[in-house]
Amino acid sequence: MDLGIFCKSTLDGEVVDHCLSSLIGIGQNTDPSYLDWLMKAWGWTLAVAGLGLVIALSLGAVMGTLRTLPRDSTFNRLLVHLSTAWVELFRNIPILVQVFLWYHVIPAFIPVLKAFPSYLLVSIALGFFTSARIAEQVRAGIQSLPSGQKAAATALGLTTFQSYRYIILPMALRIVIPPLTSESMNLIKNSSVAFAVSVPELTLFAMQAQEETSHGVEIYLAVTVLYALSAFAVNRVMTHIEKRSRIPGFIAPNSEATAH
Amino acid sequence: MKNKHIAKAGLISVTLLLSALNSYAASQTMDKIKSSGAVTMGVRESSIPMSYTTGDSRFDGYHVEICRMILGGIKDKLGMNTLRINYQPVTSQNRVPLVQNGTVDIECGTTTNNVSRAKDVGFANTLYVEEVRIAVKANSGINSISQLAGKKIATTTGTTSVQLLRKHEKANGVNFDEVFGKDHADSFLLLESGRADAFVMDGSILAGNIANSKNPKDYKIVGEVLSTEPIAIMVRKDDPEFKAAVNAEIAKIVANGNMPKLWNKWFLSPIPPKNIVVGLELSPATKNAWANLNDKPAEDYNKK
Repeated sequence: MDLGIFCKSTLDGEVVDHCLSSLIGIGQNTDPSYLDWLMKAWGWTLAVAGLGLVIALSLGAVMGTLRTLPRDSTFNRLLVHLSTAWVELFRNIPILVQVFLWYHVIPAFIPVLKAFPSYLLVSIALGFFTSARIAEQVRAGIQSLPSGQKAAATALGLTTFQSYRYIILPMALRIVIPPLTSESMNLIKNSSVAFAVSVPELTLFAMQAQEETSHGVEIYLAVTVLYALSAFAVNRVMTHIEKRSRIPGFIAPNSEATAH
Repeated sequence: MKNKHIAKAGLISVTLLLSALNSYAASQTMDKIKSSGAVTMGVRESSIPMSYTTGDSRFDGYHVEICRMILGGIKDKLGMNTLRINYQPVTSQNRVPLVQNGTVDIECGTTTNNVSRAKDVGFANTLYVEEVRIAVKANSGINSISQLAGKKIATTTGTTSVQLLRKHEKANGVNFDEVFGKDHADSFLLLESGRADAFVMDGSILAGNIANSKNPKDYKIVGEVLSTEPIAIMVRKDDPEFKAAVNAEIAKIVANGNMPKLWNKWFLSPIPPKNIVVGLELSPATKNAWANLNDKPAEDYNKK
């Protein structure tokens, strides 16, 4: 074990002047060290995963909701079919294949996508893939509510939109926070596929830096720690949201354990 | 007096011979080969034409054939009738550890001999000197690295070319927009699909990918040599006797005048499985390595 490798310059392998500059912000290295590069790579991982998460949560919530619409009009039936197709399409293709599709295949048919930077395409791929999974969880959440809730909303004269907005979704989304936590953590880990289309994130850093330094053990350890740390941070944030948004008396009233 | 001299000389030569025999006996790798009747050769899956699979778990290539000749010589030296060669595919990531821990006895792939790797493994004398070049589309009008400032340059993750580009940017104050392929085929696809303007990589890899492409005429290798790297056969570090035996066989192959024939076979003639021609001319640097067999690391080649 030689953690000193992170203090070395990525250009000539010499020890840099300000080893921890990327962590504590004192001094600037003339040439970036492996630690500087590692931090930058971590930033890319978080950016890709973060953007993917925004896409996944918004699309997933919409698609999951659409799948539960009452089939009382042609338009609604169309929406149900559309969302079902969406879910089946994006959860039945491996994530790596989807990333390649977005990067290599789809831009061949839609030229405007060629101008998109690769991190955006990966975020879309990750977001769509995860949205299919989130949609299923949201649907499960909605369908777990007693049917009386919806009946009561209708009895009060609320429209379908209003009953979803004020009665069903506020309950359902609270129920599905625990599986959403898992999905968000998965998204951070899945973002490692971005290396395959030239996003300079942690996995690409690991593969390249271990080749340059021949200190694979230290490099992979550092990358492992950062992935674990990122996923755990997401877990903590979601747990916090879960606690803050909890309604007393609703779902498992005296169960503190759900938060852990 | 004269007789005494002869006797002395005889004694010395017998001692030398004995110590030579002793040293062979002390080689763990040679002992293992002798006792098990088998040797494990590390090979690459797709480093055409150096070391690659021709399908059905068969491996061939310039370095693989040389290694088979070396092992044939060692088999004779050990007085064995047969020697079974087990092929173990390796990757850029695991080749050094596999040689270090003894899984692979002799690695015949495309490993650059450099100082940092030489701390972990031994390198036989160089028989192939790689030059890092630039591949572009033939109609791009790019002829030199100086024209690539601000352009998109593809290279493969986990290769020395990535660091080379970084150093070049720093030394010349230019900026490249680097894109990284996950393997060489992927990097070439970036060039082919127009996501990159150039592909910077080892000359043999560029030539191999161009030869394999849909329209080889659409691409050309241009510009100055960006870096020169000796590619060498890798053996264990703690077994200098085995390395010496390998080098002795290499010297024999070179002395027999086999190298130009081998070059012609792998680099200038159609090779299996698809009968493509790599079309890489013998470089002066490689010719020089054959004439002066040595195991100098890459750092010695790029001193200016």
